[in-house]
Amino acid sequence: MANLIPPRFKVVIDYERCRKCKRCVINCGFGVYSFADRVIPDHKKCVSCQRCVAFCPEEAITIIENPNVFRPNSYWTMEDRINIMKQASSSGMLLTGMGNDRPYKNYFDHLLIDACQVTNPSIDPLREPMELTTYLGKKPDAVKVKVENGKVKLDTQIAPQIKLDTPIIFSPMSYGSISLNAHKALARAAKECGILMNTGEGGLHKELYPYKDWIIVQVASGRFGVNQEYLDHSAVVEIKIGQGAKPGIGGHLPGEKVNREVSETRMIPEGTDALSPAPHHDIYSIEDLAQLIYALKEATHYEKPVSVKIAAVHNVAAIASGIARAGADIIYIDGFRGGTGAAPTVIRDHIGIPIELAIAAVDDRLRAEGIRNSVSIVAAGGIRHSGDVAKAIALGADAVAIGTAALIAMGCHVCQMCHTGNCSWGIATQRPELTQRLDPDWAAQQLINLVKSWSLELKEILGALGLNAIESLRGSRERLRGIGLTDTELAILGVKHAGR
Amino acid sequence: MDRTFERIPSGCAISGIMSVTGKRISGEKIIASISLMHDRSNGLGGGFAAYGIYPEFADHYAFHLMYQSERGRTLTEEFLNKHFIIERGEPIPTRPVATITDPPLLWRYFLKVPEERLYKNHEPMDERDYVVEKVMYINDNIPDSYVASSGKNMGAFKGVGYPEDIGRFFRLEEYEGYLWTAHGRFPTNTPGWWGGAHPFTLLDWSVVHNGEISSYGINKRYLEMFGYKCTLMTDTEVVAYAVDLLHRRHDLPLEIVAKVLAAPFWKDIEKMEEEDRKLYTALRQVYGSALLNGPFSIIVANSKVMMGLNDRIKLRPMVWGRRGDFYYMASEESAIYEIEPALDEVHVSKGGEPVIVRLKEGE
Repeated sequence: MANLIPPRFKVVIDYERCRKCKRCVINCGFGVYSFADRVIPDHKKCVSCQRCVAFCPEEAITIIENPNVFRPNSYWTMEDRINIMKQASSSGMLLTGMGNDRPYKNYFDHLLIDACQVTNPSIDPLREPMELTTYLGKKPDAVKVKVENGKVKLDTQIAPQIKLDTPIIFSPMSYGSISLNAHKALARAAKECGILMNTGEGGLHKELYPYKDWIIVQVASGRFGVNQEYLDHSAVVEIKIGQGAKPGIGGHLPGEKVNREVSETRMIPEGTDALSPAPHHDIYSIEDLAQLIYALKEATHYEKPVSVKIAAVHNVAAIASGIARAGADIIYIDGFRGGTGAAPTVIRDHIGIPIELAIAAVDDRLRAEGIRNSVSIVAAGGIRHSGDVAKAIALGADAVAIGTAALIAMGCHVCQMCHTGNCSWGIATQRPELTQRLDPDWAAQQLINLVKSWSLELKEILGALGLNAIESLRGSRERLRGIGLTDTELAILGVKHAGR
Repeated sequence: MDRTFERIPSGCAISGIMSVTGKRISGEKIIASISLMHDRSNGLGGGFAAYGIYPEFADHYAFHLMYQSERGRTLTEEFLNKHFIIERGEPIPTRPVATITDPPLLWRYFLKVPEERLYKNHEPMDERDYVVEKVMYINDNIPDSYVASSGKNMGAFKGVGYPEDIGRFFRLEEYEGYLWTAHGRFPTNTPGWWGGAHPFTLLDWSVVHNGEISSYGINKRYLEMFGYKCTLMTDTEVVAYAVDLLHRRHDLPLEIVAKVLAAPFWKDIEKMEEEDRKLYTALRQVYGSALLNGPFSIIVANSKVMMGLNDRIKLRPMVWGRRGDFYYMASEESAIYEIEPALDEVHVSKGGEPVIVRLKEGE
């Protein structure tokens, strides 16, 4: 029976310009091209990752959406029909990479930031100090001081804090789901920017040990790579419960991606599937979570903050309150736009809630309970630019985490095929001939440039707001206005409508 | 060539006088000082805080109330009767002033807290926490009623009008106090209404402010966690509550409170000696949400202290001077010279550096 699924993209080759250098054949990780007298594309294999386009010296390749995939229908979308055909031919679960791309309402784009005019003058960040320094960790409600010989001294032991030079960190992306070169780039950039990268649940490659002060290590249900040495080589330890792209779903790294180095880092046999189940089998209650938090604090001598990562779901505020009370120092909340290496498509597209609503709800709840100081909030899941960063912080986050944006900085074109392991850009793959394409020095510099650009823009936003410290924006919803939102949405976000 | 320029009015004026030996003076001087800065106000708010004015009721909480209706008064008096012992309740004396129109009902009460009420959930409760709780309740829940001040042996006199007119309206020349602060208001982001005039007070704290608290949103949300309710529709309110939280409840010295409200920059903290660096780092980590951002010069007072404080990049003016045991603070130097031409010393206050004047013990 013929494959019913039509090609989603068409590769158009300008044979007048093509000099038959075969770079497209070499560069395509998905095997689109073959050569027989001239380059022949197999349109069905193309994912529009644009690697061939970028590397064609003659600019002879254009990839277009196949205009004749299906007869147009605004209810039965192309994706719906293709997915039905795939499932009808395979009887399997559909997998996808990257985040939810469905056109749900995007709350970031319905929020507008305030600016100064006459009475609260704006501040020029090029001439005045502008502070983005952010500390993550549990804070007490009050500072106690003592006066000795007329000098005021600190009399409170502050729980371990992590300093960020700018309120941005790199989201968890495991070694296995992305390449070692990508991990190296993230670690180098984190150090240079004074921020943090997160290992994800894939363990920590020994080559990253020198970056331990800028690394969050994850303890997920699979416990991949977790041992004392691993915990010791970190600034923060994070318990991963959920992730935005697939709340309630565990991880699965196919055995093909588990090469020798991945197997050593994850501490699993080479070539075996790395399965991390959704439930931690030692966490079936908040009390269990509290025990694990304190076990990790014991193991790290109470010198490191412990973070708990959850996906933004319907009852996220109450869950976050429980996590704060269970002793977490940081709560990492991942919205439904969060990316992933691989997720069931149906889960990615239909489960979870937007991070904007989650931050607002969690911040409100923790304040209502008077425990906001006891935990830092990191918001993630679809942060696209510094405007999103500022809005997330104004809604109540201490810092944001960026995953997809970081990948794009390293060359990712969001073809959403991470799960195939064929990433032509050498990022989401373990194929040696592909991973070598990503130069960690170049990629680190790209990341550094991105973080520095966003930081400059954040300073400009603060200056426009007449603020010179990021903590004055944190949770300051008075400086946001909603546009095109219902009363309920405004109430959840805790902002007034524009014009009020 | 025409050398005249169009003037852009933008202001607020503040002024303060304190005798560190407790010498009481009438309200005339403070009126003279603030009225010199007439053009810094626009007639939509003026007010005064006066300390030492009720020596015969020095141990009572002096509540100044503003009522927009008789019903508000009835409900509030019912509430006060239930929660306090009312030693005396009377209208605040005023005189008609042509420019002061439509004042609310202005009453004052001298109150004591019944000892048996100082329990919450069967636990003993601090008397001042009790008073704060009641002030918040009235402002938040009783319609048409606002507490203008609630301290001992002090009072706030404020309303809609130029400050000199408000001073005459309240007959301030008939009072004697050792510490006076004043405010002329030029509101730009909230309406001119009687409760919104400065000073803002809580217990015997009072705050007058020139500027705009750009961090109001987070300051308000932070203070709400500790039970403070910001109901008066203006940014200065948060300063009074923040000082109460940090100094009275968290027991931080006033110098340190100033370093929370106008925190040193991280670059300066990094240069400090280790012990100071630890202290100031902890203060910013824990109290970041209490940082007052945006332009401000404020005079914060209580019955023992007057503190002048500027924002950390000095976006608003403030000058202080001394003559003998009298200290003066004002938005403009001329407002001090107007009432004390022969100062022993005069200084421009620095951004983020508090000027603290204390009542001498035993005086």
